[in-house]
Amino acid sequence: MTGGASTAIVTITENYYLILAALLFGIGAVGLLVRRNVLVMFMCVELMLNGANLTFVTFADSLNDVGGQSVVFFTLVVAAAEVAIGLAIIVAIFRRRGGATADDLDLMKG
Amino acid sequence: MEAVIFFIFAATALVGALGVVLAKNPVHSALFLIITLVSVAIFFVLRDAPLLAAVQVIVYAGAIVVLFLFVIMLLGVDRSETLSDPLPFQRPIAILLGVFVVVEIVLLAGRTWSTGARSVRGEIGSTENNVETVARSLFTDFLWPFEITAGLLVIAVVGGVVLARRSGQRPGVSNAGKAELEQEETTS
Amino acid sequence: MDAQDILDYIWLVPAFPLFGSLVLFFFGKRIGEPLAGYFGSAMVGLSFLGSVVAFFALLDLPSEERAHVSTLFTWIPAGAFQVDVAAYVDPLAIAFLLFVTGVATLIHIYSIGYMHGDPGFARFFCFLNLFVFSMILLVVAGNFLLMFVGWEGVGLCSYLLVSFWFLRKKAALAGKKAFVTNRVGDFGFMLAMFLVVSELGTLEFGPALAGAETLAAGTATAIALLFFLGAVGKSAQIPLHVWLPDAMEGPTPVSALIHAATMVTAGVYLIARAHPFFLASGGAASTTVAWIGVATALLAGTVAIVQYDIKRVLAYSTVSQLGYMFLALGIGAYSSAVFFVICHAFYKGTLFLGAGSVIHGVEDHQDLRTMGRLRRFLPFTAVGFIVAWLAIAGMPPFSGFWAKDDVLAKAFYANDYALWIIGVAAAALTALYMTRETFLVFFGNQREEFDAAPEEPDPTESPTVDAWDPPVPTPLPHEPHESPPKMFIPILVLGSLAAVAGVLNLPFRSIEFLSDWLEPVFEGAPDLHANSFVEGALLSAVSVTVGLIGIFIGVSLYRRGLPEPGADPLPQRLGVVGRVLQHAYYFDEGIARLVDKPGRWVANWLAGPLDQGAIDGAVNGAGALVGKLAGGFRRVQTGFVRNYALVFILGTAVLLVVVALTSGAWQ
Repeated sequence: MTGGASTAIVTITENYYLILAALLFGIGAVGLLVRRNVLVMFMCVELMLNGANLTFVTFADSLNDVGGQSVVFFTLVVAAAEVAIGLAIIVAIFRRRGGATADDLDLMKG
Repeated sequence: MEAVIFFIFAATALVGALGVVLAKNPVHSALFLIITLVSVAIFFVLRDAPLLAAVQVIVYAGAIVVLFLFVIMLLGVDRSETLSDPLPFQRPIAILLGVFVVVEIVLLAGRTWSTGARSVRGEIGSTENNVETVARSLFTDFLWPFEITAGLLVIAVVGGVVLARRSGQRPGVSNAGKAELEQEETTS
Repeated sequence: MDAQDILDYIWLVPAFPLFGSLVLFFFGKRIGEPLAGYFGSAMVGLSFLGSVVAFFALLDLPSEERAHVSTLFTWIPAGAFQVDVAAYVDPLAIAFLLFVTGVATLIHIYSIGYMHGDPGFARFFCFLNLFVFSMILLVVAGNFLLMFVGWEGVGLCSYLLVSFWFLRKKAALAGKKAFVTNRVGDFGFMLAMFLVVSELGTLEFGPALAGAETLAAGTATAIALLFFLGAVGKSAQIPLHVWLPDAMEGPTPVSALIHAATMVTAGVYLIARAHPFFLASGGAASTTVAWIGVATALLAGTVAIVQYDIKRVLAYSTVSQLGYMFLALGIGAYSSAVFFVICHAFYKGTLFLGAGSVIHGVEDHQDLRTMGRLRRFLPFTAVGFIVAWLAIAGMPPFSGFWAKDDVLAKAFYANDYALWIIGVAAAALTALYMTRETFLVFFGNQREEFDAAPEEPDPTESPTVDAWDPPVPTPLPHEPHESPPKMFIPILVLGSLAAVAGVLNLPFRSIEFLSDWLEPVFEGAPDLHANSFVEGALLSAVSVTVGLIGIFIGVSLYRRGLPEPGADPLPQRLGVVGRVLQHAYYFDEGIARLVDKPGRWVANWLAGPLDQGAIDGAVNGAGALVGKLAGGFRRVQTGFVRNYALVFILGTAVLLVVVALTSGAWQ
């Protein structure tokens, strides 16, 4: 990387952002599947959401449409609500069992 | 200039993401998450969405991650997990899938993707304040979803209160109040 | 009110005994003895009166119009095919109706005396009335299906009445045997009906019988033979005759009514009614009928000469006489067959009632070897029995002579000389075995000593005697006595009818009353008459001579009865042959080995490997398969959230591929 030049080295097109968002999404997905600590799994979900948000904002900018940004707004609100409820559920479960990983919750086993 | 910022913060975002997934201590995971979120906020700014960047930092990094930390502290789930996965094939398939999804998107990203209609809901352009633009869009085109999400938040609040209550406890009775009640019953 | 209107009331004739049966079914116990008996007899008597009225009404009509159909209601309306509950009254039906109801009335009265003291008295008359109803229904039915209802009804009542004393194992088995054997014949009847429907589209007598001549010879033969199969079962011809001797387990009035006079003649009625099919079949079916008939006549006669049970002799005799009737039907002499039926009903009825009287008189002992000179103790019975004996042996001027001679002569005129010769031989046997029975019972030795105390009858023991049973030790435990008037008066009445009934159809052209009466029914039948008076007279002389020979042999052998109970000269002289005859050519054993055993094997195979193994296995297997599949699939539900999340992401990946492929951004 040459220092001091005011022109960009490469033009950052939207594709770069999309790839980055995809990477965030992918990492979040793998983390969701691999980790067993419930709270870390939750955080990975947040990662995935962020990837999606980034994609939305990228397209809003490309298409010059504010609708994309409004959608991100709603996503944020829903994520917040989801986190609140989810954590409340986790707290309730952990109170009964005194500590558990995701694998201990297998009552849905067929 | 943009490229420099992009690459720096792309790196931090990825480091943060990897940190979330790989950290042994959940508190560390939460902190790495904050790094990622702030990076994403920077990207929002780069793409002409300053309001969202601000909301992201305040709500996501400021409230949601704090909530995570509260629960981690409350429940003390900072034990580290065992290395081997009890579920068979979960790990290899998960990594495979993740790679596959990313590769897919990368391959597809080389094409022209933004074929949608332009400027349907309102231009972002720099003549108007971004806040005004977003606000106008929210209160006109997206009024109905806006009101519903308001309802959603109320539901979330109520749900949170109900779920977090200990069973058998009447609403609004503290431990001191319980002691008072018991005293009354014994004397009457 | 003209004749047609009167004939519309024909349904009253079956209604009376049906009503009687129902009343006795519900209230029989309360009505009790002997009122139940009088009531039942009265119902049948009313039927007889109704038949007489119908006869005169029919007589009123000109002979071409004597076929009255009276429909009660439509039973099966099925589009183009329809079956009504309708009566078909024609000379043939009236002829049968008259003697059926008449004989039934006499036997009902007889039964009041015979069944005296039996705990099932009311039940007996209920079944007997039900039987008369079914028989009447059979005779007056206007279509084959309704006739089949009556046909099945008489079969049912035969079962109910043969196993009337059901505590006796032999009786229960005999009833079952009668019913099942009948069923084989019924199968033929049903197949014939199906063919008639498929070929002619209707079961009503008028159209179906008229349409018979339009059928191809093969179809007509098939229908005719299938109807004949039904008749073989019902009228106990070879090979379905095995039930009739065992059916003697039933009370004697049952044997008289059902198994001599009426039910067994239903087969004859069926063939007579369905004769257009036989005529249309071009001779194949008729020849079969004639040959089976005459073979049965001969073979049954040979078995009868060595039987020891008083009723079993008469049973085989009935089988044999029925053979004559089918011989007549087979050669086309339909009115001769009907004449024979009527005369046979009279003399065989007399014989059976007489036998019942004897059994009643010696307190339920039926072994011929223990009887002798009973004419001293049962005079009236003896008179009736002797008259009937002479009739069945074919001695003029009694009815049997005219009837049998008619049949044999017609066989001769039809140039079926083989049939004639066999028929004559069977006549000789008939005379022989009846003489033997008459002399063993009423003549011969007298047992002078009698034990005063009668033994208590065991309700599970049957008094019928198999020919290979050892004789009951003499003396008879009780002094024989004559029966009450209720019993011997019907015997005498029937006996006198047996004596004079010949007048119905004397073979002289102008006074052949019965043949003339039946002529409109049997148009198309071959006209068989003597070429000259001399020919006819010669043939009669031959049959009389043959009968006399039989009587002579019988008298000479049995004039003095048996020297000692086991020493019967006839079976002794016949040796091994005699033993074969006593076992009735081992027919029952043969059926047991050929039919019963394989049948059981097949049934066991069907029940075991096929039903339980294959069918249940398939059904249960389907269930088990589903269970196993489900068990396999349910392992997808691991219960682990992370597995579910894995599947989510997997789905996402697939979705991405789909979107990529279909979006057109892919080149």
